[in-house]
Formats: sequence, structure tokens, C-alpha cells
Amino acid sequence: MSVSSVARGAVKAYAGTGMLGSGFAESSLRQAMAWSPDFIGVDAGSTDGGPSYLASGTSMFGEGSTTRDLEMLLRAAQDAGVPLVIGSAGTGGGDRNLVWTRERLGEAARRVGKPFRLATIASQQDAREVARALREGRVRALPGAPDVQPEDVESCDTVVAMMGAEPIAEALAAGADVVLCGRASDAAVFAALPLARGVDAGAAWHAAKVLECGAAAVTQRAHPDGMFAWLEADGFVVAPPNPAFRCTPQSVAAHSLYENADPFWLREPSGTLDLTGARYEAVDERSVRVMGTRFEPAETYTVKLEGTRLRGHRSMVAGAIRDPYVLAQLDDWLAGVREEGTRRLDQSFAGVPYDLVVRQYGRRGVLGAREPVVEPSHEVLVVFELTASEQGIAHAMADDVRHIALHHPIPEWHGLITVLAHAHSPAVIDLGPVHEFALNHVLETDAHAPFRTHIETVRP
Amino acid sequence: MGTPRTLGSMAKLIRSKNAGPFVLTIDVMFDARESFDAVVVSGVLNANMLAQMFGVAPDDVAVYVVAPALAIKISLPRPVPSGAIEDSDIFGGQQYAPLVELEVPA
Repeated sequence: MSVSSVARGAVKAYAGTGMLGSGFAESSLRQAMAWSPDFIGVDAGSTDGGPSYLASGTSMFGEGSTTRDLEMLLRAAQDAGVPLVIGSAGTGGGDRNLVWTRERLGEAARRVGKPFRLATIASQQDAREVARALREGRVRALPGAPDVQPEDVESCDTVVAMMGAEPIAEALAAGADVVLCGRASDAAVFAALPLARGVDAGAAWHAAKVLECGAAAVTQRAHPDGMFAWLEADGFVVAPPNPAFRCTPQSVAAHSLYENADPFWLREPSGTLDLTGARYEAVDERSVRVMGTRFEPAETYTVKLEGTRLRGHRSMVAGAIRDPYVLAQLDDWLAGVREEGTRRLDQSFAGVPYDLVVRQYGRRGVLGAREPVVEPSHEVLVVFELTASEQGIAHAMADDVRHIALHHPIPEWHGLITVLAHAHSPAVIDLGPVHEFALNHVLETDAHAPFRTHIETVRP
Repeated sequence: MGTPRTLGSMAKLIRSKNAGPFVLTIDVMFDARESFDAVVVSGVLNANMLAQMFGVAPDDVAVYVVAPALAIKISLPRPVPSGAIEDSDIFGGQQYAPLVELEVPA
């Protein structure tokens, strides 16, 4: 990247990696710091792994990998005297995710050994307050949202609101060296400081959308890594610090597709990013200039809500089938197992509610009813999953169904057969609590009301 | 008229992923302008066909042609939300599979 091709006075942003804990090359961080970023950001959140991380307060990445990434980013930021902004702590961004990440940050700080001002911005919501907002008409369903009544919201165990750029900018203005956010818009982590420095909102938000996934917008990302952006008055230049990676106009344009339903209109709390006029030009063989993106401010400020609800406790049992006669009539055989299994569960657990889900790996395990391939497989893994109110009940129910399936007959064989090949003893595996996403809604509010900022000095 | 080619042989990448827990999004991306144009012009990736393939209503399927990226994007509701007890693909990462061998009329 020839820095001379970037406008003087550009605000410089560095994304340490696409997801805190997923790693990055140390040499990439070194190169990025040589380009003198005005801040380092890193996103840590996602709903992609399902509801469990928000519901349980656990992180999708472990202690060792999270602390390693934090230590290197904190040291780089402190050495350069620039802020570090961490979004959506601990995958879910709930209060327990935030506490967990704060502990990792504390360990990273001990290793680096320098004090700093830390702003922690919590975004977990009281479900009763959200239910009240729904009653008052301040919560709106997004397209495809489940039908949600106030009592459904009250039954959520964890609800978070996704912050925009404003609480982060406020924390930075208050002198925070490190901003650790609960659930935050991925892009807000990278838009906050540039917006505060007066960068055009279209450029700031579009650059932020590219940065939030780290090196994902390069042509071929061999491993998770960082991404650098120079934000000019009305556009931005983006390039990976890793010399083995490169951005092309197509790779940067294509990134607007990733994980978004609509590639042209991207909703943020304060408005909508309009990519219909965006133009992408190669600056050199590794960097791209983006111009023409517009940001349309929203009439009403909204924050997205995410919420999880306990569905029950789940146990599973997996067994492989190789008998060609059974496989030739697998749907009928499984229907028979379900019928006999239901009869047995009615005997053992009269009136106790449960759900039985049956999967057929090797046949339609991934696509289910959408599977177009009908040819029989020579081997199928059948998985029975029992979900009930308590783990012990789910486990016992799985054992009942397991035993029914193990010996369930087919007409071709006369006598007792054993159909399931188990690779493990015990065969039943407890999967623990199972949660579901209960909200796909936005809350009408102002930019700050749902969030609580705490500022402290960390002295390692 | 040439022989039909598969979408997988023409695209550089076909992928699917959640766009939030309730929406599935599929990206069909090309290296060559000619392949991208050929697929767009063929009209094979239309809402009716996709609705049938993925078991949803045609009105629920959105198809976007993203020329600067040489990409076609398809978004549709997930059959069940990510992480529901019936869900088989939490990330939605394998749901593009039926598109790989789709024949593109020449």
C-alpha cells in the first residue's frame, strides 16, 4: 500500500481480526501499527452459532485464544497510545459474556503491565422492561419474526439490545483507552470514532462493514487476520496488512453480501446504509478505494433486540445402520420406531411432555424435507433427540427410544435383530439445556437509554 | 444452443449462511463476467424455481443481482430458526447444496 495515495488527514482504522479469539498473524498487527491507526477495533460477537452463547453466557472461543488476542491488541494499542474498542463481548454480548471477557482482559492487562481507563458498556435488558415496551407499542417485529406476546418476552432468560455508535463514541470522548461493549452492532465498533472525527456517514459505515469481519474481504483468506482502512472525507481505502492477502474491487464489493439478507441496504440503529451508488476502484494490486456510499438517517432511532428462552433439556443417541434390508425401508422402519417409542414413553412417563426429533445422516441429515436426492445410501447414521423439562427425564426417555430402536423388527428377518451400531458406551449423550431465539424485533429508543457505561482505571 | 452447464461449474463460489437467526442467504459468485451474465440472462435463478427448491412461498424469496461483485444473492426464510430443536444446520452453511448441480440453460 502506497500511503501517498491516501488523502492527508484520513482517519485510520485497524480491525485486529474478524472475531476476537479466532487469531491473527503477529506480523500483520506489526505492519498495521506501522501505518499508525487512530484506533484498533475487534468484534467478538455473533448469533451464527445459535442461541446457546447468549443464553449460557459462554463464549464460542476459549480462554487461551481470547486472552492471546486481547493481550496483543492491548499491547499494540497502549504502545501506540490509541484506543481499543471491543464489540459484543463473549459472543452473546450479555452481562455474563461481558464479565467473562472482562476477566480475560484483566489477564491480558496483567501481562502487558500498564494501567488504562476502561469503559464497559452493558447491553443486557430486563425482560419485563422489554415486555412493557412491547405493550406500549415501542417494540416492532422485523420481517419473519415469530409472533411474540409480552408474556413471551417475559419468559426470555436473556435479552440484549444491540448498541449503535453513540455509546461507544461517548465512552471514547470520556477518555476511555479501552471500550468493552456488550452486544453492539458489528459495524458500530468501527464507525464510532470516524463519525466522531467528522468522516462522512456513508464512508464511515461502509468502511466499518468491511472492517468488522477482519480480512474476510480479501480475495482468498487463508486464515483469520486483520484489515486496515483509511477514511477520507467522502470515501475510504481498504487494504490488508498481510502481504500475502489482497483486496480487489470485486472482493470488497462482494463483502457486502456476507451475512446480510439485502446487499444494497444495510440497517443500522441510526439509519440505513445505501450501497446502490457505491463504486470500487483498485488503488494498487492490494488496495481498493470505495466512493459513493450514502447513509440515510432514520426518522426513529431503533436498536435490535435479541432474546433467548429455555426450550428444555436435550439428550441424544446415535446409531448407524448398515443392513440393506432396513435401509431399503428406512422411513417405514423409523415410523415404526416412533410409534413403538411413543407407546413406551407413554408407559414410562405418562403425561410428561417431550419432543422427539429424528435425523438421518447419510440420507437427509442436512436438508431434511428439501433433500432432492432419493437414492438409498449403503450406511445411515440415525440420531434420536429427546427434549424434556429436565435433563434426567430427557436422558431416560432417550434410553427408552434407544432400546425400542435397537431391536425394532423388519418383515424380512424372522427373530430378534439388533439394528443400531453404536460407537460409544454409554450410548445416550446429554446435550444440556437447549434454548431458542425468541425475538427478531427492534426497540424504539434513544441511542443511550438501553445501555449502561461504567468507567474505571485498570491497574494491573 | 450449447449443452447445459451446472451452476457449480460456472461459479467461483456458492455459499449459504444465516443472515440473523431467521433468514438464510445464499451467494452465487463469479470470476468471469461472461459466466455471471449467462446465469443472469438465463433467468434460472428465479423466485419460483428457488421457492420450490427450498420449500417456501415465491413471495418470500428475494433475488439480488450485484453487478460490482459479479454475484447473485438469494435470501429466504429459514425453515426453522437457527438453533430450534428441529434445526439441522445452525450456521446455515450447507443449505446451498441443491444449487451446485443446477443446470443452467445455454
